[in-house]
Amino acid sequence: MEHIVIIGNGISGVTLARHIRKLSDKRITIVSAETDYFFSRTALMYVYMGHMKFEHTQPYENWFWQKNRIELLRGYVHEIDTDNKVIKINERDALAYDKLVIATGSKPNKFGWPGQDLEGVQGLYSKQDLDALEKNAPNNDICKRAVIVGGGLIGIELAEMLNSRNIPVTFLVRESSFWNGVLPKGESAMINRHIENHHIDLRLSTNLKAINADENGKVKSVIIEETGEELACDLVGLTAGVTPNIDFLKSSKIETGRGVKVNRYLETNIPDVYAIGDCAEQHEAIGNRRPIEAVWYTGRMMGETLAQTLCGNRIQYKPGHWFNSAKFLDIEYQTYGWVFGERGRPDYEKHFHWKHEDDTKCITVAYHKDTNEFLGINTFGIRMRHEIFDTWLTEKRDVDYVMNHLSKANFDPEFYSHYEADILSAYNNQLQTA
Amino acid sequence: MSNKLNYSMSLAKPDAQDLSKKQKLAVGLGVVGLFILVLALFNLDLPNKGMFLSASLLLITVGTIIFANDAYLTKLKGIKNDGVWFKSISSRGTLGWITGIVLTSFYVVLYFYEGLLGAGANGAENTGLIALFDPLSKLLSGRPASQWFVYGTLYTIAILAFGYKFILKYRHNRYEQIRTISVMFFQLAFAFLIPEFMYVMNSDLPYYDLKNVWPLNYYNFEQYRINSFINAGTIGMAMLIFGIVSIFVITPILTFKFGKRWYCSWVCGCGGLAETAGDSFRQLSDKSQSAWKIERWVIHSVLVFVVLMTTAVIYTYLGYDPDKYWLTRDVFLFSVAGFLTLIFALTMIFKRHELGKDAKYGAIGYFVVIIALIGIHVFSSETKLFLFKAETLRSTYGFLIGAIFSGVIGTGFYPIFGNRVWCRFGCPMAAILGFQQRMFSKFRITTNGGQCISCGNCSTYCEMGIDVRAYAQKGENIVRSSCVGCGICSAVCPRGVLKLENDSMKGRINPTEVLLGNDVDLMDLVNQK
Repeated sequence: MEHIVIIGNGISGVTLARHIRKLSDKRITIVSAETDYFFSRTALMYVYMGHMKFEHTQPYENWFWQKNRIELLRGYVHEIDTDNKVIKINERDALAYDKLVIATGSKPNKFGWPGQDLEGVQGLYSKQDLDALEKNAPNNDICKRAVIVGGGLIGIELAEMLNSRNIPVTFLVRESSFWNGVLPKGESAMINRHIENHHIDLRLSTNLKAINADENGKVKSVIIEETGEELACDLVGLTAGVTPNIDFLKSSKIETGRGVKVNRYLETNIPDVYAIGDCAEQHEAIGNRRPIEAVWYTGRMMGETLAQTLCGNRIQYKPGHWFNSAKFLDIEYQTYGWVFGERGRPDYEKHFHWKHEDDTKCITVAYHKDTNEFLGINTFGIRMRHEIFDTWLTEKRDVDYVMNHLSKANFDPEFYSHYEADILSAYNNQLQTA
Repeated sequence: MSNKLNYSMSLAKPDAQDLSKKQKLAVGLGVVGLFILVLALFNLDLPNKGMFLSASLLLITVGTIIFANDAYLTKLKGIKNDGVWFKSISSRGTLGWITGIVLTSFYVVLYFYEGLLGAGANGAENTGLIALFDPLSKLLSGRPASQWFVYGTLYTIAILAFGYKFILKYRHNRYEQIRTISVMFFQLAFAFLIPEFMYVMNSDLPYYDLKNVWPLNYYNFEQYRINSFINAGTIGMAMLIFGIVSIFVITPILTFKFGKRWYCSWVCGCGGLAETAGDSFRQLSDKSQSAWKIERWVIHSVLVFVVLMTTAVIYTYLGYDPDKYWLTRDVFLFSVAGFLTLIFALTMIFKRHELGKDAKYGAIGYFVVIIALIGIHVFSSETKLFLFKAETLRSTYGFLIGAIFSGVIGTGFYPIFGNRVWCRFGCPMAAILGFQQRMFSKFRITTNGGQCISCGNCSTYCEMGIDVRAYAQKGENIVRSSCVGCGICSAVCPRGVLKLENDSMKGRINPTEVLLGNDVDLMDLVNQK
């Protein structure tokens, strides 16, 4: 029986294993150094905040794996011998494979800051990071102030987490406005204000210069690049993005760039070795996507795709219309299609922006300035239907159509106030003045 | 697996540090209010009972209101679940266990030792706790209080005070607010005030909470009640007819349009208490597949039990002679059997493909009932029914289900098994509504394409123990008989994936993996079975 070995038990590896099992009887082994069982990485924050216990983040009960004959192995893979088709686990056990899939995800970025490896300095990605945080910042007695470096999705999650335990947070953001490499101006500014309303000390256009240690080698303070100010703190959260977790492949023959280089079939340069999820890097970006997509959903799709290939139906990774979502403290965010921030916005992309007066809801609709084709939507504080936008994008609807049918896409709970009329009249006014 | 401290079991410091000064003051007020009740319970003869009762109830209510204001109004609108699993009361910690034991003891005393509460036996004056409530009862209906009046008053106070807290907690969510106002209204008006006023109007009427539908009020068709309905003239007959219409007309129509939530989380008193006072315990329900299996066996067994019991009870007080009254024992028995057969046949004809393996269990249930009905017909004599008396069947049901299950376990165990133990495992009304919801209703929880991140908030906070995530992560709508439509899964979802909806029956159940944003051709392949 063919033996498929998957390194990594995150969403990509586990989705792959489940779908291989649906399609075939192959022997499947998942190796993980992180945890015994699959859990939802995106839910780690809720464990620290006390919304859930760690067990609740596991989507499948523990009997599931044996019942579906998916073998789980706990251990760290430190070497891959592609010539003999063997991986070495924990420096002693060898495991032979017929097909090998690398799905090892990411690790937090570190940009060579002085003191970045001190005790009390950490990222937030793995279960081990969560455990470290519980030790470094259990309450505001032990952690009197935390400094977070990097204004992205993980940074704001970490700020929300610490806030839930009343730990004062200073949030250093390199950009002039939160996440404005991705978000258009109005949205980014609204989130800035929301962060400050939560009493988080948001410092925009601010870089980290160095992290200082106390006499025990533990973090004591940070120095700010621009002002030279020293901020006393007991925790430094490094949340300036992630990078593929592939150091263990350096000695192997598998081609790597920033991530594991793969073609559209998710195949590496070595036959029978594949890579999916955060750690895979496309030779050429697909459409507007980045060559490395560190997103939950793309990991899942790559798992589904590769399962077909491994079970005899070789197909390309062909993601559909882009979508994503996040939650900034109390404000939910969804995006469908492409809406660019200031950076990297194509010349043809024009925006319509509407914001509710309560400053917690807004939308931005992107369209083509010549053809009026609807390109995408960002929505904050208003839930929208994925299915409707997916259809409209496929049908290449124009922006007028979308604006006039927006209520069809509303996905807010029953009895919520609706804003479509308000949005439409703002849209019509803007057209008249433009 | 987790090396984290278990905060909740700490005896020395059961999370008192999390309370602000104001919250501590509020807890203090509430405890003083409860303490007055305890003093009365221990037969301390309080002067001016009306004043002490008012003070007690007011202190409890005001304490809860101050607590809620400080807990929620000092923060921005949004989900307020921080520290739920660190707090002793809400994570089966010491406070949780103590609360569970106190509540359970209270229910045992209430159902079986009402004398301890001070109920005056054989017309004697009330003493103790019940006497404390005499002034209120006399004010409302002119008669002295009973243990049920005490219970009803405290129950109503709990729903109103904690309902207020719940409304503040979800002040960003209109669905939750309106639903909570609804349960508060139905408890105060229908369960508490109207029956008292009806007594004033016509003291022959039996206590009737009009929103309580058979089989939840399993006693509604017992002989003494039927007699008093009939004796009370037109209004009594109207109430009897309303009771029957509720079962066969009102309930099916509303459940078809809105799902069982119209009752379970908008109207019902058991649901009302669970959603308000029990809200802090919703995360404690068991989500495992084995719990689901147990749930289905237990709740449907209770349903079979109540159908048989009620049939037997009505059967024994009906006559044989069709000339005296058209509804004879045989006519009744055959109507019951006929009605059940009709439902069974319709389900099997139109819905068999949706049922799969469950069709077998449904068939077993159906045949148990039919055989039992035949047994009643063949083996019963004037007083004995089958092998035992109908009265034995009734009192067994009243004891096991009415008292032990719905009261002692159902509410007493809130802090251990979660707030919907009774609704999930025991309530025969929920079983009937759930059956219809699964088979014939416009209600479902829609999942939003591919947006689920499998975080597990929905499953964790589902009070009915539904593994909502299992559906959401597959992009599958949730159509489960147990769902009471509380809407919390949708509220706590951080990615806007879940929406409670009433829409057309077509395509309501979509057991295919529709994950949008994916390659269309791939999804066709994934869905090939």
